[in-house]
Amino acid sequence: MKTIIMIAKKSLARHKLSTSVTAGSLALACGLVIGVFSIQEQSYQAFTTGAPGFDAVLGARGSQLQLVMNSVLHLDTSPGNIPYTAYTEMRDDPRVKLAVPYAVGDNYRGYRVVGTTPELLTEFELSDGVGYQIMPGGRVFDDLKMEAVVGSQVARKTGLRVGSHLHFEHGVEEEMGHDHEDEYIVVGILEPTNTPADKVIWCPLEGMYRLDGHVLRGGGEVYIAKPDEEIPDEVKEVSAVMLAFKSPQAGFQFSQQINGGKDMTLAWPIARAMAQLFDKIGWAHKVLSLVAYLVCVVGAASILASLYNAMNERRREFAILRALGARRSTVFGAILTESTAIAALGGLMGLLVYGLVFTIAAQVIRAEAGIVLDIWQLHSSMWLAPLGVTLLGALAGIVPAMKAYRTDVATHLVAHS
Amino acid sequence: MALLELRDLQKHYPSPEGGRNTVLDVPELTLQAGEQVALEGASGSGKTTLLHIVAGILTPDSGSVSLAGNLLNSLTESAVDRVRAEHIGYVFQTFNLLQGYTALENVLLGMAFSAGQDVGRAHQLLERVGIADKANHLPSQLSVGQQQRVAIARAIANRPSLLLADEPTGNLDADMAQQALTLLREACEEVGAAILLVSHDPAVLGAFEDRRSLTELNRAAKVGGAA
Repeated sequence: MKTIIMIAKKSLARHKLSTSVTAGSLALACGLVIGVFSIQEQSYQAFTTGAPGFDAVLGARGSQLQLVMNSVLHLDTSPGNIPYTAYTEMRDDPRVKLAVPYAVGDNYRGYRVVGTTPELLTEFELSDGVGYQIMPGGRVFDDLKMEAVVGSQVARKTGLRVGSHLHFEHGVEEEMGHDHEDEYIVVGILEPTNTPADKVIWCPLEGMYRLDGHVLRGGGEVYIAKPDEEIPDEVKEVSAVMLAFKSPQAGFQFSQQINGGKDMTLAWPIARAMAQLFDKIGWAHKVLSLVAYLVCVVGAASILASLYNAMNERRREFAILRALGARRSTVFGAILTESTAIAALGGLMGLLVYGLVFTIAAQVIRAEAGIVLDIWQLHSSMWLAPLGVTLLGALAGIVPAMKAYRTDVATHLVAHS
Repeated sequence: MALLELRDLQKHYPSPEGGRNTVLDVPELTLQAGEQVALEGASGSGKTTLLHIVAGILTPDSGSVSLAGNLLNSLTESAVDRVRAEHIGYVFQTFNLLQGYTALENVLLGMAFSAGQDVGRAHQLLERVGIADKANHLPSQLSVGQQQRVAIARAIANRPSLLLADEPTGNLDADMAQQALTLLREACEEVGAAILLVSHDPAVLGAFEDRRSLTELNRAAKVGGAA
């Protein structure tokens, strides 16, 4: 074995370039495989256990998935509005622990503006006993003033800080509509939560109703809010109501009651809707997996090609070794060791590639969905992929090893005299 | 019992016309342990083919080869490989050193397939052939004479019973050839190896008391059909 390793090491050292290129392609393949599976699993966990603190979302009749995407991930458009009284009824129901209304429809430089009540920032629990934290120097917005609290990512990307003035733009995406004339002032910046809330600007629900250009149709007819005049609850609308229940039974009861009707939709539990989202984009995971597997095959094929092409120049070497007493199996073993070593090197380097792929993907996912992925979270692909790549490389070495095995000693030593 | 016994050995190669050429037809050749024999053979007398058959690299079409009590014809290929690894040392005209390996590693490979690698002994052998300071040099960094010394050290590294030498000084000038020949013979005496050397060079042949003519031994060469 010592001699086989020596022969393999010598060859790898002599063919540094092809060894590096081949190991590099396998590293890419291995890193992609680990990345695809690890990121998919972590994203799935993060999404389906997401919407921390809330159990359900109440919204307009339609797709639960759209409702959840709009109100939890702050993506997609709102499926429509529901009467404000739907919120007050929920708020006052003894089975409901917390009800928070959301009104969407504006943005600031592409970041979504959500009108809500101060309870979101004072009573809502992001995790057990911990709610949104406002950075020092800031405070919760006043329910009746043009004030805003800004998510950490928004503040970082736009430069907004406490005291900044801003005008919202109509529409949930940038350049969809016109700027509102009403000016808001930033009164607080949220500490990072690593959730989609980081990319949202929170402002008072009442202010959203009174923004110039906004109309209310909750009463069936168009109503435009007038200064110094209280807006009747009957004409108010909200996009969604975020709900935390006192018990799971309440969720079941509300689900039966609301989804059995024709007016509204209750997305409960939120995790199930998120799982549906993953099912819908499952094809993307399959495509990525297929690409990763194909890259693995291409990497293995490159091992086969580089070793096979080197066989002609190495036939004399094998003939000399055989003349010194090496068995065919020794020569075969040396080539197989070589291919396995290249693949194992690729597999190990794959972990570095994974780190790079993960870092980039995690940044994109965090920016888009506010979900934080943990690079150090172990996944079975972290050892299965390098092992699989190594086995694949060993298999790829069989063909060139057979060629070496069949080397005719007399022909390749010296010419006959 | 003789160390090497060849009986009714024949080897043919296909001819371009579709027939076959007989390159070797040796009724008998024996060599005792420790004997040093030089075979005179002109170009085309079947020298290399004979040595390859003795080493088990080629198999004869008929006849038998017995080496150190092993009838090579009756052994499996891997058993022949083992006999070669344990009993044969081989010095080639072109040395056949492995180019990517240092002098020391080339010598280590000489013993790797029998007793196993022994770095200490490999250094001793390089010292014995006078190039201890070149242990870590690649063949391309050595002179032709130094390469020949590495080849000799490698050939005796496995303490062979029989050293085969195929025109071992063919690439050396006269002085260096004599030095290499002396070294080869002394080294073989020290390890108790017999020598079967083939050459067409009178100066090389003249150094051996026991000289035989391959042209006489090989009936195919007499006919003039050897490759």
